Amino acid sequence: MQTMNMRMLILALSALAVAGCQTVDELSKEGGAATVEDQGLSPAEMEAMDAQAGGANKGYPSADGSDGGRGGDGARVIYFEYDSDEIRPEFRSAIEAHAAYITSHPDTVVTLEGHADERGSREYNLALGERRALAVRKQITLLGGSASQVRTVSYGEEHPDSPGHDESAYSLNRRVVISY
Amino acid sequence: MFLAFLAWHPTAQAVLKIKITQGVAGALPIAIAPFDPPGSQPTVDIAAIVAADLESSGGFVPMPRADMPSQPHGFSEINFADWRRVGMDNLVIGTLRPGIETDYQVEFWLVDVYKGAQLLAYKVPAKAAQLRLVAHQISDAIYEKLTGVKGAFATRIAYVTVQSRSGQSKIYGLQVADIDGENVQTLLTSPQPLMSPAWSPDGRRLAYVSFEGRSSTIYVQDLASGHRDKVAAETGINSAPAWSPDGRRLALTLSRDGDPEIYVLTLASRQLRRITNDPAIDTEPSWSPDGTRLAFTSDRGGGPQIYEVSVSGGHPRRLTHKGNYNARPRYSSDGKLLAIVHGDGGSYRIGTYDMETERLAILTNTRLDESPSFAPNDSMIIYTTVGPQGTELAATSIDGRVKQRLALLRGEVREPAWGPFRY
Repeated sequence: MQTMNMRMLILALSALAVAGCQTVDELSKEGGAATVEDQGLSPAEMEAMDAQAGGANKGYPSADGSDGGRGGDGARVIYFEYDSDEIRPEFRSAIEAHAAYITSHPDTVVTLEGHADERGSREYNLALGERRALAVRKQITLLGGSASQVRTVSYGEEHPDSPGHDESAYSLNRRVVISY
Repeated sequence: MFLAFLAWHPTAQAVLKIKITQGVAGALPIAIAPFDPPGSQPTVDIAAIVAADLESSGGFVPMPRADMPSQPHGFSEINFADWRRVGMDNLVIGTLRPGIETDYQVEFWLVDVYKGAQLLAYKVPAKAAQLRLVAHQISDAIYEKLTGVKGAFATRIAYVTVQSRSGQSKIYGLQVADIDGENVQTLLTSPQPLMSPAWSPDGRRLAYVSFEGRSSTIYVQDLASGHRDKVAAETGINSAPAWSPDGRRLALTLSRDGDPEIYVLTLASRQLRRITNDPAIDTEPSWSPDGTRLAFTSDRGGGPQIYEVSVSGGHPRRLTHKGNYNARPRYSSDGKLLAIVHGDGGSYRIGTYDMETERLAILTNTRLDESPSFAPNDSMIIYTTVGPQGTELAATSIDGRVKQRLALLRGEVREPAWGPFRY
């Protein structure tokens, strides 16, 4: 029968012990992790509240009826096809209305929030959301709107409008939300 | 210090529940007898943790305690005839006793029953709060002895949680936990999305993306101190951080020049160097283990595919051709494989691309899989899938034969990043 001497794992453990203690000290001292507080509503949240309140009627351009069946917030949401940033014909008049409004209100800044559906990878979808927001911005500036009045941000697939996992949800989530 | 551990422990409950959903025939039977001497109050059931670790690898079938002929606590107590009679070749026994200079002393033996020989024999002094870690290290030692592959049970994973609060608002959390879901450490909570956690090679820092400033920003946070630095907050997208193997640089995606491009940021000098130059989307860089190349996703060919480019720049080479959607590459630690998201016919699955044979292997059979991350020993890939409660974590062996689900008890969990070896 073969007998082996007891060996010690002491080195590896003590190295870990140092890191572990720092972590715990920090946690007990700080009472947990860093917390980011909300500083207010995001454009999407404000947009949602506007929609709930019965529509976007603060002097912003009104809906032209092409609202994707969602009602209320009207043409402040532009919808897209899968993996596409092409502006569909039914949203052109809405973008024209925004461009006209921006041109006649030089102090106004509009935010274009780009979104993607959940399929595929998250970082790629972040890029896709930006590409959609930039496509809408390009149309607005081609129609005479000043680029300095148009801010873009992409949330990728992080803020779906509909929580479902099918095409009816995805078609609502591939969007650019226009908010003032 | 001991009090600090006690105060901390109640908040460190497991929130991830691991379930093996697909096992494998031909796994190795092993018996892991309870460590505690009879009558003692076990603080941590080391044998149960070791059994769960080994079983989760898919390579082992632990023997139920009720089937064990005896529960020896020392090599000299083993009655080999009993274990041979139940056909058990591999036996682990051990003790957990109060220590002299530390809280506990753990001893364990891995025994070849057939030969009646010790394969491993260790004595480990440990503090009370380290007992789970000791158990994972024991799993590592046994796994390596019996398979020849270094164990990765003492590693950690980072991930993002999403809890829905009243109404529509959500709370995002950046978390780090042991691979069995225990010892959860919350690094950051935010009402705005958190994305893309990435471990530094030394396991001491995480890079991630936060939307707390109303647009994507990349931070690097020290795990021990909680201190963090804002490392990229340019106009447009700041995303997809990936560490260089030497830990000095980050590859990342910025769209400050109009469209998403890959850059390399040197952390000490904050010097930025642009790597790609194409009007298409270029994103999701991963650093080759030898530090010379970056794999990334680009739709310059029409749809998303995997490309590779030298870290010094130059013309990227397209790697994937099969399927209309291949994205988010991650190199295995030996550099031979890329884990990717493969989309075909409406499903998005985790696959591996073999750098040498150029063969694509699909490992999962669910619909909405993403964010693959290799274990540091390349044995498993952890990823995000969609379950009844929303996004959850799953893991697959790299041959696709073993599958696990890691469901969060409440809320969604996503974007797992498997941390490096800790020793």
